[in-house]
Amino acid sequence: MGMTIAEKILAAHCDRREVQPGDLINCRVDFVMANDVTAPLAIQEFRKLGVSRVFDPQRVALVPSHFVPNKDILSAAQAKIMREFAREQGAIYFEQGQAGIEHILLPSRGYVVPGDVYVGADSHTVTVGALGAFACGMGSTDAAIAMATGEIWMRVPPTLRFIYHGRLNRWVDSKDLILHTIGQIGTDGALYAVMQFEGEALRDMSVNARFTMTNMVAEAGGKAGIMPVDQVTLDYVRPVARRQWTIYEPDPDCRYAATHEFDASKIETTVALPFSPGRTATISEVAKQDIKIDQVFIGSCTNGRLEDLQEAAELMRGKKVAPWVRCIVIPATQDIYLETLKNGLAELFTEAGCAFSTATCGPCLGGYMGVLAEGERCVSTSNRNFRGRMGHPNAEVYLANPAVAAAAAIAGRIVHPEEVV
Amino acid sequence: MPLRGHVHKYGADINTDVIIPARYLNTSDAQELARHCMEDEDPQFVRRVRPGDVIVATTNFGCGSSREHAPIAIKAAGVSCVIAKSFARIFYRNSMNLALPVLECDEAVDGSQAGDELEVDLESGAIRNLTRSTAFQAKPFPDFMLELLRAGGLVEYTRRRLAQKA
Repeated sequence: MGMTIAEKILAAHCDRREVQPGDLINCRVDFVMANDVTAPLAIQEFRKLGVSRVFDPQRVALVPSHFVPNKDILSAAQAKIMREFAREQGAIYFEQGQAGIEHILLPSRGYVVPGDVYVGADSHTVTVGALGAFACGMGSTDAAIAMATGEIWMRVPPTLRFIYHGRLNRWVDSKDLILHTIGQIGTDGALYAVMQFEGEALRDMSVNARFTMTNMVAEAGGKAGIMPVDQVTLDYVRPVARRQWTIYEPDPDCRYAATHEFDASKIETTVALPFSPGRTATISEVAKQDIKIDQVFIGSCTNGRLEDLQEAAELMRGKKVAPWVRCIVIPATQDIYLETLKNGLAELFTEAGCAFSTATCGPCLGGYMGVLAEGERCVSTSNRNFRGRMGHPNAEVYLANPAVAAAAAIAGRIVHPEEVV
Repeated sequence: MPLRGHVHKYGADINTDVIIPARYLNTSDAQELARHCMEDEDPQFVRRVRPGDVIVATTNFGCGSSREHAPIAIKAAGVSCVIAKSFARIFYRNSMNLALPVLECDEAVDGSQAGDELEVDLESGAIRNLTRSTAFQAKPFPDFMLELLRAGGLVEYTRRRLAQKA
């Protein structure tokens, strides 16, 4: 029987001609990642294995991203454990100020390529699947085993196919497609499954925009998100790739557990209401409710890329953040940060009254750099709005695309971006 | 030896941010994490939980962040196993890797209320509600998962495997 893209990648990594959903396999990994929250635990478990070296230091990356530059003594100690391990092992490491969020940093520097099996100790590792790789988020113990042996246990997941026909409307981008999709299938709609995205609406979409969709596969319970490799992928990969890549195409007779088809031209700008990424509504519905806000966050591994910042900047040009509202803008990597210094975006955001910072996950997970107080309300371009995610359990987070977030910062309430143009 | 303890019952989509909020992720210390277990969902949990107790929840338990600190906190709080209708996949992996047994059983979830006393046999997947004198059958563990639990988790399992190879 034919295999899907994901099944072909997994079969190639366990030396089998064929795998089927449900098969328990021991799978070779091409690349392993951990960050400053997950690495200390992974290193602690690694030490118990009786192994002294990682399987291949050029395939193990340690990326400080969550609490750096360190917010307190404990997080500084964690970052130190990771730094010392990276140094001891000769593993790939990026010092604070030279890095950024791993899910944007690693593919942009060519560390993960199409056809890879890539595991990372962070749920949003799935982001990189947009390159046609099998990218899977795991825990720290898994990362320790993968670092030590170059292998990991895996149950072969079924593949769900998502096809987006037609073209996107103005003010609708990849964030809206994925929020709409999660709203339809629910936060466990892709549990244990691969979400394979394709269709006309994705054809002209940049790899950066595609990453936003695979990023939020985690919010639908998915094991991996994947997109077929096309010219857009290759144009992104070719200049940066550090290894040879492999393109896997689905067999014509492969089996999908389900196929979901959407008319992208009918999908509206979408917002996820507190406290679930699956509680979605259109911006027109939400704008009617006159929801006043205290904070806006534009950034994260979901929407912290240059084109996200450009989208927000277009709306903020020559305007000011509303009184009594704070707007926090954080590029996802230092490469993007540097670009905003050169192209005037850093100045534009600062002139508009935003707090503009070097790359970090920052407020997305309520660690630091914009924690919410009780009763406060935030519009965020990130991926999760669970209770307590960005601060006090009684603070509310609305998830949206960068244009909606920028419009909210200017208006001081949730509005259609059209209203502030 | 079957596991035995009282039920703490929760609903759907209990995410790892409420199991252990990110503000406590600047440490990996199990006892410290246990002190904040379930804090944003059920602030009374830590005060009420007793060794051997069982967390029972409906669907998608453990969704969200991959933080292994979540099952570490639950285990260190004294919980002997988690029973749910379904688990988020990373939480499932993390728990089994740490030898915190997690079982899927719709009927046991529907048939158990907070405070009920349960007895769980991991080898067979049999669950008995001692308070209500009812019995349920969870999906049995595949052999590999049972081996993980018997070894005490993935690290010990792998350590032995590597030692055999050497």
